[in-house]
Parts: sequence; C-alpha cells; structure tokens
Amino acid sequence: MTVRTPRVGVITFPGSLDDRDALRAVATMGGEGVPLWHDSRDLLGVDAVVLPGGFSYGDYLRCGAIAARAPLMEELRAFAERGGPVLGICNGFQILCETGLLPGALIRNASLRFICRDVWLRVETSQTAVTRDLAPGETIEIPIKHGEGQWVATPEQLARVEGEGLVVFRYSSHDGVVDDAHNPNGATHGIAGVRNEAGNVVGLMPHPEHAVDPDVGPTGGQPIFASLLESALARTGA
Amino acid sequence: MSTFRFEVLVSLKPGLLDPQGKAVESALPPMGWTNVSGVRVGKHIRLDVEAPDEATALAQVQEMATRLLSNPVIEDFEVSEVAPA
Repeated sequence: MTVRTPRVGVITFPGSLDDRDALRAVATMGGEGVPLWHDSRDLLGVDAVVLPGGFSYGDYLRCGAIAARAPLMEELRAFAERGGPVLGICNGFQILCETGLLPGALIRNASLRFICRDVWLRVETSQTAVTRDLAPGETIEIPIKHGEGQWVATPEQLARVEGEGLVVFRYSSHDGVVDDAHNPNGATHGIAGVRNEAGNVVGLMPHPEHAVDPDVGPTGGQPIFASLLESALARTGA
Repeated sequence: MSTFRFEVLVSLKPGLLDPQGKAVESALPPMGWTNVSGVRVGKHIRLDVEAPDEATALAQVQEMATRLLSNPVIEDFEVSEVAPA
C-alpha cells in the first residue's frame, strides 16, 4: 500500500518573496509543493494552502490589503470554510487578517525598525492544523523578518482570542517566559500567531519555511510543516 | 450620469499607538517646534465616482471605505464630497 503524498499549494502574489522557500520547505518535509497564482480561480485540488511572506502589491494601502481581494482568495475562503488547512506566514498572516479569516491586524513594529533575527516561540495549543506535532508550553526557534508585525485587535477581538484559546504562538524566552524583554515588535500579549475557531486556519509572523534545514539555521519550522502535511493527509483520508 | 469627487480620510483608531505620528512628533523639536504634541499620521484618498446621483455615489464610497480603503480593526474613516478640480 502506498501512502499518498500530500499536495500543498503556495500562492504567489505580485511581490511575494518567500513562495520558493515555502515550496522547498514542503518538499523537504515530504510533501509536494504546488505553485498557485493569485489571479487564477483554481486551487488545483491541493490538500492544504500556504500564503507566503513578502510584500504583496508593494504593501500598498495596508500590508496584505490588496492581496486579500485577489481572485484566488475567494476560492481560498471557500476552501477554509470547508475545513481545508491554511497557513499564512508573515505577509500571508497579514493577508488572512485582512480577509477576516483571522482576527486582529498587523501594524508597524513598536520600535519603528525592521527586525530580522531568530526568536523563540511558546506553543499555546496543539489544536490546529499546524501544531498537532507540538505540545502546549513547548518552545521552538524560528526567524522573524518584518517591519509590520505588531499584532493588535479590538478589545472585543482580544477578549475572544484569549478567552477561546485562539492564540497559537507567543514570543518568549528559550524556556517559555513571555514578557516585554522577549517581545520583538510590541505585539499585544506577545502574540505571534493566531488561529480561527476551527483551528484549520493559522497565521504567524515568524517564518517556519526558513527553519526546516539544519544546515542553514534553527529547525523550529519542521514540526509546523510536518503538522501541516499530516493535516493535509488526514483531510483527504489518504 | 454625473461624476462626484470624494475625499476619504483614514486614521488609526485613537487608542492605537501611531508609530509614524510618534516619529514625526520626535523630529519636530530639533527643528525648533517644541510646542507640538498629539501628532497622528493618516491617509487621504481622493476618488471620482460616476453615478446617477450624489446619494448613490456617497453610499458606494462609504462601502468602499468599509470594505477596502480602511481596516475597521485599526482604523476610522471620514468621507466628504469635494468640488471637482
């Protein structure tokens, strides 16, 4: 009996930067990466979708605002509502917030500086499509590289996100301490990533696709992509 | 059909830190203006809309402002009609 290889689509928008890295990370972890184009209306039957980092449409108007209205995003919304696993990374997270698939918004870092370095994240829940291989309280190391990664929300959204356990990752120390000293961008409550109610849609500012190859840095992205591939397979029942 | 010109002013919600405003505010004192506070930076968007009447055009701009021009999580907006150039 052969196990089917999960097919993970990676959407390229004008100005996407990390689509190739995301495709490579999928392949590195044993999946098949499928390039998708923003201006199409066809997800090509993929089992999961990654929205990669970059500066879609030059970040004009607001980060992710124009990309969120791209033709393929209507298909993505339907895919997400059917329970399809969706991972938004950095600009992809900004896009998911702009579509309303995830709560909150990303604004300029409190420091006003673009930040590019490795950070530690504390996993808050394993109840998502991308953290099933991780345990709450576990920490992973992943790079960030963003100028507008400060997650904020309305008071109502924040209460819901915290009350319903929708926080997936918080910036932390190596041993899981969440405080201002380990919050790189001023994000509310140190929030680095959130999920939707069903847990099939997750967005985060750090870049797991840059953290799967031990030859070039930390490997905190491996369990995230491994989880995503498992979720993709589970969904199709393969 | 007529063409109506609107301005949409988009600003960060009052409670939110406005890093751009903060940066501008901190750049003013070295230039001699030590009497400035409360600087906020927003966006000004001008649109010419073709519609049968002003009310229709205004309603459309309000919807554009809600659905694309602003993000209700972090921003407020004001729409005003202005005289075409």
